[in-house]
Parts: sequence; structure tokens; C-alpha cells
Amino acid sequence: MLKRIYAIFHARNLEFVRDRSSLSWNIILPIALMFGLSFIFGGGTRAQYTVGVLQANEEIETVSDPFLETRFIRFVPVPDVDDGMAKIARHQLDLLVRLEPPRQYWINPESSKGYFVEFALLQSAGNQKIEQAQISGEAVRYVDWVLPGILGMNMMFSCLFGVGYVVVRYRKNGFLKRLRATPLRAFEFVTAQVASRLLLIVSITAFVYAGTSYFLETRMDGNYFTLLTITVIGAISLISMGLMVAARVTSEELAGGLLNLVTWPMVMLSGVWFSLEGANEWVRQVARIFPLTHVLDAARAVMIDGAAFREVLPQVVVLCIMSAVFLAVAAMIFRWRPR
Amino acid sequence: MSPCRYAAPEAAGTLGALFAADTLSMRTVLEARNLVKQYPGVLAVDNVSFSVREGTCFGLLGPNGAGKTTTVEIIEGVTPPSAGEIFYFGEPTGRRFREEAGIQFQHTALQDFLTVRETIRLFQSLYDRKADLDRIIEECSLGDLVDRDNRKLSGGQRQRLLLAVALVNRPRLIFLDEPTTGLDPQARRNFWELMKRIRAKGTTLVLTTHYMDEAQVLCDEIAIMDAGRIIVQGNPDALLRHQYPNVVIELPLEDVSGDLESIEHRVLETQGVIEVSTNDVNTTLRDLATHVTGLNRLKIRQPNLEDLFLDLTGHSLRT
Repeated sequence: MLKRIYAIFHARNLEFVRDRSSLSWNIILPIALMFGLSFIFGGGTRAQYTVGVLQANEEIETVSDPFLETRFIRFVPVPDVDDGMAKIARHQLDLLVRLEPPRQYWINPESSKGYFVEFALLQSAGNQKIEQAQISGEAVRYVDWVLPGILGMNMMFSCLFGVGYVVVRYRKNGFLKRLRATPLRAFEFVTAQVASRLLLIVSITAFVYAGTSYFLETRMDGNYFTLLTITVIGAISLISMGLMVAARVTSEELAGGLLNLVTWPMVMLSGVWFSLEGANEWVRQVARIFPLTHVLDAARAVMIDGAAFREVLPQVVVLCIMSAVFLAVAAMIFRWRPR
Repeated sequence: MSPCRYAAPEAAGTLGALFAADTLSMRTVLEARNLVKQYPGVLAVDNVSFSVREGTCFGLLGPNGAGKTTTVEIIEGVTPPSAGEIFYFGEPTGRRFREEAGIQFQHTALQDFLTVRETIRLFQSLYDRKADLDRIIEECSLGDLVDRDNRKLSGGQRQRLLLAVALVNRPRLIFLDEPTTGLDPQARRNFWELMKRIRAKGTTLVLTTHYMDEAQVLCDEIAIMDAGRIIVQGNPDALLRHQYPNVVIELPLEDVSGDLESIEHRVLETQGVIEVSTNDVNTTLRDLATHVTGLNRLKIRQPNLEDLFLDLTGHSLRT
């Protein structure tokens, strides 16, 4: 069995590596995106001043305090003080303030924007006493935040289209039918396809990550092995999803439509380009049905927050369950040849 | 009318058994019993039964759409039958059959970006039974092509590669589905020689074709299919001897000067040619001499499978 899996795995790898146009596209696209974004955003943080207001309500009433009426500052509610302090440390918030007694504010002394926002806060406070607390930490640039998103998006397209299209092409041109006439089993074929795409996508993602990390000095606060684990499990879930979509389809046009149907909602809702923190609750709930959302949440937690493996275990478990379901459905409905 | 015209499969089988008497001592490699394949609105295979003896070449003949490929694909296990059973050495086909059968489909693609050698090796790796790679390459005359991308082969070269792929597991039984379709005459004859060499080593062949000359050259036994049914089955020469005790004399119509009704033999006119069927060539030639302007363009030939098919089905091959 292993010999047969290895034979299909090896042949598929040769096919991929020798298909220069496909290979270069898989490598060049994410690098070009990274450098393009880096150039556009100039390595800086967000342009606007953002202040977190410690409160349970989701609505901020600007009349409750004169500071909340300050122009050019975006006020966002922060229900949890630890979460707010973590964001101060990463420069995702310029200042965190509790306006209810005992009044207090948190600031990062290394943040230039925090320095100016503090002036505005103290001026609006007048004679009222407000206590200061300092939190240190390096800034999270947009490029640091968006790197997992771009790598994840590239991984998603490569897994879904790379596997989905290939299986449909094999089915359409009769190669699957030819394999069906050998002792090869469906499980062995599917395993070889998953393994081949997994090796290629993890290698390419690691290569692109290493390159961008070196040239753009991107942030990595967590453990590389944990990140690799998330990458591998995330890739398996996305490949399985691609196999499920392509399990019966015989037309490349239909396969393309179906794959676009599942990829574009992930691009829009899984947090590739922007955070869903301020989005409606239903949008965030919908996003949780996509494997890419869990991959990116876990990867960012490791890279930006330095999360340990146990902290991303919920996402890992969800991805494992998704992979098992997708593979089971794919195996159940798999078709070797066109109807 | 021939006694086997439109024969039911059972009757055709009996007839075939008579003509294949010299091979009775051989073991039955493959047996198909009452195969049926029903698609919505189309009965593609209609109660087809036959058996193939070890070391022979069995030809499944018929025009396009007769049901040959569907029948063979049911046996190969790539198309599920609506009804019927298949036995390999007396056992229902299963793992052993997949391991020991070699298959060349009519239309198939190979994995892109692989060389000829890599393609053969890929398929070889899928079997426990393995043939010697270099020997296959030599047998199929692929020596000069081993490092060529399989997408850059000519039609004949590609067919030889597909045959090599069918040989990777030292098969005891090989299915060849229209292997010479689209090849030029030279390539066809080269392929025939290749098949003869394989058969000479004791490998059993099941060949589907709509070329009657190919079947006549290669097959020990044939079954002619039309509209999903086997209409006749047996040894090609024996079938022809049984069906046609006469020879055919052909003359261009323009060389005939008189009325041929007085000739006491069957006379047919097709596409500007007069065909006279006779078992007494000397007498017929003497009769003809008085009705024609010349005998220079006269031909005498044995009836072939094309004639048999025409007589049995009432229509020509739909190629």
C-alpha cells in the first residue's frame, strides 16, 4: 500500500515541480503581495489615533465624558482589561482608559501616538485625578498582522485549486479511470494527493515566510514548531475541502465555479486583509465555518501574541474535525470516472 | 441464410464451441455470463456471454456503438454492470484479477510532465507483480524514447507506451481496446507484430476492434457484436468456411457486356463491381468469358469478416 501511495505521490510532485508556470506562480504571488503591501504601508502602523474605552457596553456614549468628544480619535469599547493591555503593548491601541471611578489610563511609553493622545486626555480631564499605568511592548506593524493572512490565502488557493482542478482534470481526461483499472485504491490515491500537496504547500509557505521574514523583519513572538503544526493541519483541512468539492465534478468550469464559491467568502470573511473585531456578530459567526478563519486566528496568536500550543488548541481541534469531515465526505462521494 | 444469422448468445456460443474444438484442452481464463448494461433509455449491453481460453486471442468485433467497449469495461471493473457475472480462472473477479490483468483503454491520458520511463515505472509501482522494465521498453520498441516527455509522442509511439503500461505487471490476460485506431498502415502493422510476439509468449489477449482485417490476422476466436448483442461467435476461419463455402469473383461493372442472369451463381452488384459467388471457379470463369469484354481486371478472393458482418447484420460497418 505504501509503495503505491509513494508512487502516486512522487509522480504528482514531479508533475508539479516540472510545471514551471504553476510553480513560479505559487511562489511569486505571495512574495509580490508582501513587498507590495510593505511598500504601500511603509512599515508604519495605522494612521488614525485609536483609544480603547474600558466598558461592558458595545456602544460608546460620547456625552458621558468630554474626552470622548475629541476629534480625530476613534474610540472603541474594550470589555476586558487584559485584552486592552495586550493591545497597548502591541501598539494596536494608542491608549486605554477607564472613565468610571477609579479613573485610570494605560499607555505604552514607546508609542509616539500614545504620547499625543495622553496630552488630549489630560487636557480634557482638567483637575480630575486620573492614574497612569505604563505597558511596554513593540509595535505590531500592519505588515506583521497581514503576513499570516497573505500566506494563509495563498495556501488556501493552492490547496483548493491545486487539488480540486487536478482531480477534475484527471477524471475528465481518463487518467483516473486508468488508475481504477490497477490495484490502486481510492484511499491510496486520495492520501497520495493530500501528501503531495501538503509537502509542496508547506515547503513553499515556509520558503516565502523565511524570505519575507528576513527582508521585512516581521514579528514572531511564538514557537516555530507550533506555527508549523498549525500550517500543516490548516493545509490538510484546506486540501480535504478541495477534494470534497472535486469528488464528483467532471467539468473544469463547474469546478472553478464551486471553488470560487468557497474561496472568495474566505478571502472576505476569514480576516485575511482586515480584522473582524469590529464586525457584526453574525459575520463573525459565519466566518467560523471556514477553516481559513481558524488557521489565521491560530497563526496570528502564535506570531503576534506569542501564544503557546495549548492556547491555540481549540482552533487545532476544530481544524482536525473539519479535515476528518471533509475527507470522509470526499471518500464517500468520490467518482473515478465521468458519469 | 446462415444458420447462425442473428443467433442468440446461447446459440452463438454453441457454434463457437464447435469451431474452437481444437482449444478445448486449454483452461478458461475469463468467463462473462449474461452481462447487461442499461443506461437511461439505452440498452448498451444486452445479455452478453462468452469465455476466453488461456493463450488465445479473443476478438470482440463490431461497429462503433455496438457495445464492445462497455462490455470490456464491465469486465475490467471500471463500469458497474446492471446485471451479470464475470469469472477469472473460475473465481469472481477481484484483487487477483486486478493484479494479473493488463489493460489498454481506447482513450486515456497519462500523467503530464513525466518521461516515458517514469510513466512506465509509475504504473509498475502500483502492482506487486512486476515485469522487467528494460525488457518492456525493448519489447515495445521504446528504447529511443525513454527520456521523452510522454506528451510529445506520435500516435504510434503513444500506443506502444500504453501497451508497455499494460505489460508492467507481467499480465496473464491483456485487454486491448481498439489499439490501432487512428494509426497509419505502417504503425498498425508494427503493432500487430508486437501483439503477435506477446501472444507467442502465452499471454491471453482480449482485443476489441472494428477493423475486420485486424481480427482476421490476430484472433483465434471472435464474437461479433451489434446493438449490444453478440450475433455470432467462433473461430474466424471456421466461421467463414461455414458461412461461405464459395469464393468470390469480382469484375468491374463496365467490363460486363451481356446479361449475367444466365449464370447459375449468386451475382451481386455493389459500387460498380459485380461479385459472383461460386464453388466452381473453372466453370464460372468459362461462363463469364462469354459475357464480358475482358478478364484483365478480374479478381478472385475469399470472403472475409467484412462480408460476414454485412451478411449477418444487413448493414456495413459504421466506422
